[in-house]
Amino acid sequence: MITESYSYTVAIPLVLFFSFLLIGLAGGKLKPIVSGVFGTFFLLVSTVLSYYTAYSYFFVDGKLNGAYQKLIAYDSLWLTFTDKLQIHMGVLLDPISVVMLVVITTVSLMVHIYSLSYMKDETGFSRYYSFLSLFTFSMLGLVMASNIFQIYIFWELVGLSSYLLIGHYYERPSAVAASKKAFIVTRFADMGFLVGILLLSSFTGTFDFLKLTDPNGSALTQGSAISFLGLSVMTWSLLLIFTGAAGKSAMFPLHIWLPDAMEGPTPVSALIHAATMVVAGVYLVARLFTIYVFAAPDALIFIGYIGTFTSLFAAVIACTQTDIKRVLAFSTISQIGLMMGGLGVSGYAGAEGLGYTASMFHLFTHAMFKALLFLCAGAVIHAVHTNELWEMGGLKKFLPVTNIAFLIGCLAIAGIPPLSGFFSKDEILTAAYEKDKILFYVQFLVAGMTAFYMFRLYFGIFWNKERDYHSKPHEAPFTMLFSLIFLSIAAAVSGFIPFSEFVTPDLKPFESHIHWSIAIPAIAIAVIGVTLASVLYRKDSDLPDKISISLGGLYKAAHRKFYIDEIYMFITKNVIFNYISAPIAWFDRNIIDNTMNGIAAITNFISVKIRGFQSGQLQQYAYVMVSGLIIIVLVALYFMNN
Amino acid sequence: MNSLLWLLAIPLVTVFVLMFCNDRRQYRLSAAFGMGLQLIYSFYLVFRYTAERSSGNTEQMVFMHEYRWFESFNIIFTTGIDAISLSLIVLTAIVTFTGILVSWNTEKLPKEFFISLIVLATGVFGFFMTIDLFTMFLFYELAVIPMYILIGIWGSGKKEYAAMKLTLMLMGASALLLVGILGLYTFSSPDANLLSFNILDIANANIPVDTQRFFFPMVFIGFGVLGALFPLHTWSPDGHSSAPTAVSMLHAGVLMKMGGYGCLRVAMYLLPEAAKELAWIFIILTTISIVYGAFGAIAQKDLKYINAYSSVSHCGLVLFAILMMNQTALNGSVLQMISHGLMTALFFALIGMIYERTHTRDIRLMGGLMKIMPFLGVCYMIAGFASLGLPGLSGFVAEINVFVGAFMHPDSFHRVATVIAVSSIVITAVYILRVVGKLLLGPLDEEHAYETGDARWNERWANVILIVSIAAIGIAPFWLSDALIKSLQPIIQKLQ
Amino acid sequence: MIDKIGIEQFMILSTLMFFIGVYGFLVRKNLITMLMSVELILNAVNINFVAFNKFYYPQNLQGHFFAMFVIAIAATEVAVAIAIIISLYRKIRTIDVEEVDEMKY
Repeated sequence: MITESYSYTVAIPLVLFFSFLLIGLAGGKLKPIVSGVFGTFFLLVSTVLSYYTAYSYFFVDGKLNGAYQKLIAYDSLWLTFTDKLQIHMGVLLDPISVVMLVVITTVSLMVHIYSLSYMKDETGFSRYYSFLSLFTFSMLGLVMASNIFQIYIFWELVGLSSYLLIGHYYERPSAVAASKKAFIVTRFADMGFLVGILLLSSFTGTFDFLKLTDPNGSALTQGSAISFLGLSVMTWSLLLIFTGAAGKSAMFPLHIWLPDAMEGPTPVSALIHAATMVVAGVYLVARLFTIYVFAAPDALIFIGYIGTFTSLFAAVIACTQTDIKRVLAFSTISQIGLMMGGLGVSGYAGAEGLGYTASMFHLFTHAMFKALLFLCAGAVIHAVHTNELWEMGGLKKFLPVTNIAFLIGCLAIAGIPPLSGFFSKDEILTAAYEKDKILFYVQFLVAGMTAFYMFRLYFGIFWNKERDYHSKPHEAPFTMLFSLIFLSIAAAVSGFIPFSEFVTPDLKPFESHIHWSIAIPAIAIAVIGVTLASVLYRKDSDLPDKISISLGGLYKAAHRKFYIDEIYMFITKNVIFNYISAPIAWFDRNIIDNTMNGIAAITNFISVKIRGFQSGQLQQYAYVMVSGLIIIVLVALYFMNN
Repeated sequence: MNSLLWLLAIPLVTVFVLMFCNDRRQYRLSAAFGMGLQLIYSFYLVFRYTAERSSGNTEQMVFMHEYRWFESFNIIFTTGIDAISLSLIVLTAIVTFTGILVSWNTEKLPKEFFISLIVLATGVFGFFMTIDLFTMFLFYELAVIPMYILIGIWGSGKKEYAAMKLTLMLMGASALLLVGILGLYTFSSPDANLLSFNILDIANANIPVDTQRFFFPMVFIGFGVLGALFPLHTWSPDGHSSAPTAVSMLHAGVLMKMGGYGCLRVAMYLLPEAAKELAWIFIILTTISIVYGAFGAIAQKDLKYINAYSSVSHCGLVLFAILMMNQTALNGSVLQMISHGLMTALFFALIGMIYERTHTRDIRLMGGLMKIMPFLGVCYMIAGFASLGLPGLSGFVAEINVFVGAFMHPDSFHRVATVIAVSSIVITAVYILRVVGKLLLGPLDEEHAYETGDARWNERWANVILIVSIAAIGIAPFWLSDALIKSLQPIIQKLQ
Repeated sequence: MIDKIGIEQFMILSTLMFFIGVYGFLVRKNLITMLMSVELILNAVNINFVAFNKFYYPQNLQGHFFAMFVIAIAATEVAVAIAIIISLYRKIRTIDVEEVDEMKY
């Protein structure tokens, strides 16, 4: 059933597709700034539409009998497999998709405005804006998808736009390598996703989210009975789908592409690799949460552990990195791990769904403060032309606005009240505490480490010793500051949104409040982290070096990201290329091809032998003829006599 | 005149006109005009066909017409099309026309080149529009012979070897095929007086299962060689890499589709019981082809070889889908034929254009071409993305149809094969991005003096036509897919 | 005396001549001698024609006519063959049959 009153929502992504085509095709002929303004304008249109949708959904007519409805706002048939199995292109509105609409359009709009001056002097400005439009289009299509195949389609398209944007500076080999790596790693994960979809749809007979996630529907029970290697088919398919989610969301061990993705322009990192695309995995799990929780609770526990482990793993690495964008990248991985952890410990009904709510809440606040941090990092890099932490320092007097904005971001991510991160992280910790103590302690530790490495970054950039800069660092222009200020405000106050009133797994709002018994220790460990960072990094001292030397191998391993990249490199380069591809190519050229050539050679050989009869010797022919004649006569006589 | 015969008449008249032209401008103009007319006519046929269907014609084949050809053996040249053959005819028209645009500046014997090219295309058009086995075979041979001449004369590299190898392997296959076709003919009727070559008649005859088991491998392998069935695919890398650009386009784009089409229309449709029994052997072979071609492509250095191996992988997917024998997979196989036809034609066209400017096809010797030829670079990337199955382009639609269809089989053999086939999407991404990264991106290789200059108008048009077709199928697959599903019903009913 | 000679004697003679001719054709290397052997074969056939005609169909004359024909053909054949041999000799300076393998392969 289609809700006509929301059918305008289909325009939210389509406007941007139009913008992509317009800027992409006409881009070369437009003045760069015109493309930028066009792109920003179209995005503004869809932002306004999204806000309007959010307003009317949450406050006007989204609720029926005390629960939010899943509304199909638009639906059209795209491709028919069989009479029952079809891919539709549709728009599904429910609390999480509407929240995501707001997040994506807000961050994207900020990035568009920010880039107007950040990317001003770059070549390929139009190209940049057309790809931003493409990305935002695909991301919006992804969150609004009404069926799992539609998600997969847009999933691939965000992968493409990520590839194109990481490789924006395509003349730099490192950017090319990073974009390739990002695409291939996520593509590998998507293979799992696709097989998961195939498996899921073959047992449930549908792609449609409404049918799949109906808690009373038949989809949940099908396939649970059939087991394979001790797990039900449903669990397998959901684990495979999670592989896709893990690839996009950079969960261990598929996280390797995200740090390298920082080769892209900084606003792109803010948009794609911090706020929106990388949380698509979290969104996917949340989207399918009903099936996970009812049909495959094992898979959900697995997700919880993977997420929490990833958050710890990335936090450890983040403490040792010196490239400020990489620190932020690992911090992103760590925070997404927390979101996954939150989903993993969530239940379904009522207050048990706190983990789910918390995860979505953290997704929302994280998008704001992480985008803010990245854009600040962009402003810093813009000012000092380097990414290295130890080539910066003492910038607080040159970049006062950025300083404050960055501080707000750091406080938010560290979980200091009353900034937004505090509220969402508190809910995640509470949910973990109630479900699984091990996960809780790990996440608690991660919270402390987060505070530490973020303030290490903050003090390292803005305090510490002033370095010799070639030119005096200058504050960013207004368009950039506008985005910073807007996002600072969002990061500061978005914690006060009562998320459990809007986003819950069973769509029924519940009351949640701060659990001070968990919040106070969490604040305490965050403060300890901040203090430690301030002792070590506020002033220039040799203490950090001493500590890292005393940690020895552990520090080195963490600094080298636990050698995961090297392992992958070994597998792809040595094993696949040298031991599979090259031998296959050799096999094809030398064995198969030579078999064919061999058949030709044998034919040739035989014909060479046979042609000996054709000697040109007249008498030889005569011999053969005469002896043949004699034989025929003898045979004829023999048969005539008998 | 019967509307389908125009498809043969237009190219033949073009050939006739070409014979009386006497300078390069006239050759290429008349060739382009003729094939442009053919393209327009094929689109007109699409409208005619849609109109016919919407006016309630539910015959399996429309525009049927019979021409008595050799009475005593009951050989009747029968024309007729359904959505499958019509879409392949349109594909052929597009690829031929763009092929002519791409070979605009042929230096060597242009008149003979265009004549051979158009004769080749005529064979393909004839192949797709007839529904009797005898003329089908005749047109098949008509398409193979000019290929030998085209590669042998206008090719590059080891052209004589490649031409000989290609022709011999295809001839060997057609020998098998001929036996299979004669077998079908012999069993086409219960009483031996009314033997027929007509596909529709044979489909109604109940061929004994033992006989089917004997002839199915012959027909399937006979067409399969043309569809690059492992391990009989080796003509394709050499053939593609030695052929001139337009011929590579036609060859990989259209000729290989004749293999898939033949397997579908003849082997599966006419010998369904044996197909069901023996499919597993060929499923194994095609699964190998898919993964093997993709891995093979990773290790190549020559652009054309990369594409040839990629074609082995993609055409493997066509045959793989055909063997899955359900509506979704068969639909996927036809879509994959069309999609691969367009995409590989685009690839080969671009490789030809790049080669013209860099004078090498070795990817190690090139780099950063995006900087100096952005139009070609972007087109190449689009072709690459179509090849690795990106949504919004045709490859994706075809692949998911194949995978979903194949996965519908509940047994683990089919499913494992499907999962292995799915892995090709990753491997494809690896080799496509490797080429894109080395060839187009990165710093511009300053050592080599490339001839600068982006695409000329004819090249632009060729690329744009192909890209628009790829994107049209990718963005709005439903109209094509729905028409195909309707036309596939008779085949599916036989296979049930 | 002539009555004592029956068809057998003619047969024996012609067979001997024929096989001498064949033998000569197969073993002699000189093209001229081979040609002479061919003449022997032809004449063996002539004897047969005439003998059969005389002993079995005395009322007919076909055998005689055929013998004439063969003689005529043999004459022309010799002319052509000698011409070929001469031109061969001019070309490769030999009439040894083993040297003449222009038709090889």
